[in-house]
Amino acid sequence: MAENTVNNDIIKEENLVYQKTKLMTDNVLHYCPGCGHGTAHRLVMEVVEEMDIQTETIGVAPVGCSVLAYNYMDVDMQEAAHGRAPALATGIKRLFPDKFVFTYQGDGDLAAIGTAETIHACNRGENITIIFVNNGIYGMTGGQMAPTTLPGMKSSTSPYGRDTKLMGNPLKITELVAQLPGTYFVTRQAVHTPAAARKAKKALRKAFENQKLKKGLSFVEIVSNCNSGWKMTPNDANQWMVDNMFPFYPLGDIKVPEE
Amino acid sequence: MKELRLMKGNEAIAEAAIRAGADGYFGYPITPQSEVLEYFMAEKPEERTGMVILQAESEVAAINMIYGGAGCGKKVMTSSSSPGISLKQEGITYIAGAELPCLILNVVRGGPGLGTIQPAQSDYFQSVKGGGHGDYKLIVLAPASVQEMYDFVELGFELAFKYRNPAMILSDGAIGQMMEKVEIGEQKKRLTDKEVKEKYPWATTGKDDNRERNIITSLDLDSVKQEQFNQKLQAKYQEMEEKEVRFEEIQTEDAEYLFVAYGTSSRICEKSVQLARKKGIKVGLLRPITLFPFPKKRLMELAGQVKGMISVEMSAGQMVEDVKLAVEHTVPVIHFGRMGGIIPSPDEVVEALEQKFL
Repeated sequence: MAENTVNNDIIKEENLVYQKTKLMTDNVLHYCPGCGHGTAHRLVMEVVEEMDIQTETIGVAPVGCSVLAYNYMDVDMQEAAHGRAPALATGIKRLFPDKFVFTYQGDGDLAAIGTAETIHACNRGENITIIFVNNGIYGMTGGQMAPTTLPGMKSSTSPYGRDTKLMGNPLKITELVAQLPGTYFVTRQAVHTPAAARKAKKALRKAFENQKLKKGLSFVEIVSNCNSGWKMTPNDANQWMVDNMFPFYPLGDIKVPEE
Repeated sequence: MKELRLMKGNEAIAEAAIRAGADGYFGYPITPQSEVLEYFMAEKPEERTGMVILQAESEVAAINMIYGGAGCGKKVMTSSSSPGISLKQEGITYIAGAELPCLILNVVRGGPGLGTIQPAQSDYFQSVKGGGHGDYKLIVLAPASVQEMYDFVELGFELAFKYRNPAMILSDGAIGQMMEKVEIGEQKKRLTDKEVKEKYPWATTGKDDNRERNIITSLDLDSVKQEQFNQKLQAKYQEMEEKEVRFEEIQTEDAEYLFVAYGTSSRICEKSVQLARKKGIKVGLLRPITLFPFPKKRLMELAGQVKGMISVEMSAGQMVEDVKLAVEHTVPVIHFGRMGGIIPSPDEVVEALEQKFL
């Protein structure tokens, strides 16, 4: 019985249809199976590779699930205190105005503890890219309520569902920053299907291109899942995201520069 | 020909930073140090040297902008006063943990809480004992004049880069606000980006083919590695204690009693030494210039000579704990101080000496 045999004959240059970007390291991702972070990381690094700007790129990692993003992204990176990534990115970009600077942040980091840093970096129009992965929950600390947790949604600190009278409302920070004069391009994407990932990558590419043109701040939200925190299988989590997250956080461009 | 100017302490800090070839300043207004940011903005250092100045949205943001800039190997500084320094403590511990060089000025005002805008020395603990979480130290320089405010900017940067550690200038509202004659140094050139990349191979200057990516972080989840990292930090602080202690002595040669005081208090004590000696009391002054590392050895030596020491501080008694630790109960040590923004008079200090020891 020929089990687990690999037909090496098909491994030929002309048959190559996909290859992991060289800018993702070979370190094993610590993310839960089914999580969207891996795809989001890859798309960011693909854009950096395709633009050939690895030597000119400095990333800022947040506190949260993607705290160890620097283990996977093969660019110079700084690890920020919780919520402070846009302030670090401001310092980096002001002192290295010709580098490409991005932050990669989750919802707790960007829209709760780091709200002030987010809004003011956006309002100043810092010429950076903010990548905001929103899964409506604190994943790293074990599934607590986030600023973007939906009304009625259960978490370990809203075990009977988010009661907006007691716990306040989810914050649509992406719509909020789109109102600020300093933001140039604001969009909301997802990475749960190949088609969505392709669109998200286009948005990320645009965001990095904007830096080259010194246009101001580009803000790319990626609505994602957290099957562990939501206590669902990966498939169910994606479906739940489509049915519940997308109606509240609709995908698409929110602020597009006038050409 | 030396260039002399009449300047406020806060202005001297800003001018010194421009002249030292600093790359960036990020700050937030707070009394009594707002002149630092105001002076920078009026001077347009972008035009003079290319130095970047930015008014941040908070002290928290400002210190984290410093983190970002320092992580790039740039010469960056921030300034604030006590309540603002409390806010910066989060960023400071991350900077210490990531081993980044930077300069922080604290123009101390009285507390706790909003307290007062008048000068105090009640931030000794939060400057010298870490301030934020974890086992770390700042290099702490205590200027006693506007000239030293100026001079300690370059010294602070030098030590910060030498040890890859944040350095703090611990001043107070009096020294920040008063005007004195200052000898201005020459304009130093800022490093080019190429020079920064070569000089600081650890910095995030952009990964190139010759090296692995650089990661600026204070995180290591592995306890064994985290302990090893802490031991490395402690060895660095030990080296500072061996090599970087700075202090000044006034009339200690024949002293039977000793004032220990820094900054504004040390200026008061200089007068108190004169007054006491007129009365025939042989008293001297030891002025720590570095509060960390603290002049422990010299204090222990003087403990063998004098009958008592008074730590004179504009606080409820903070440095006095380090003086006591330094002399290990070999000589009586007391504290004398005023609080809430009141500067003690030279007479008061002499009275305290007489009451306790004579």
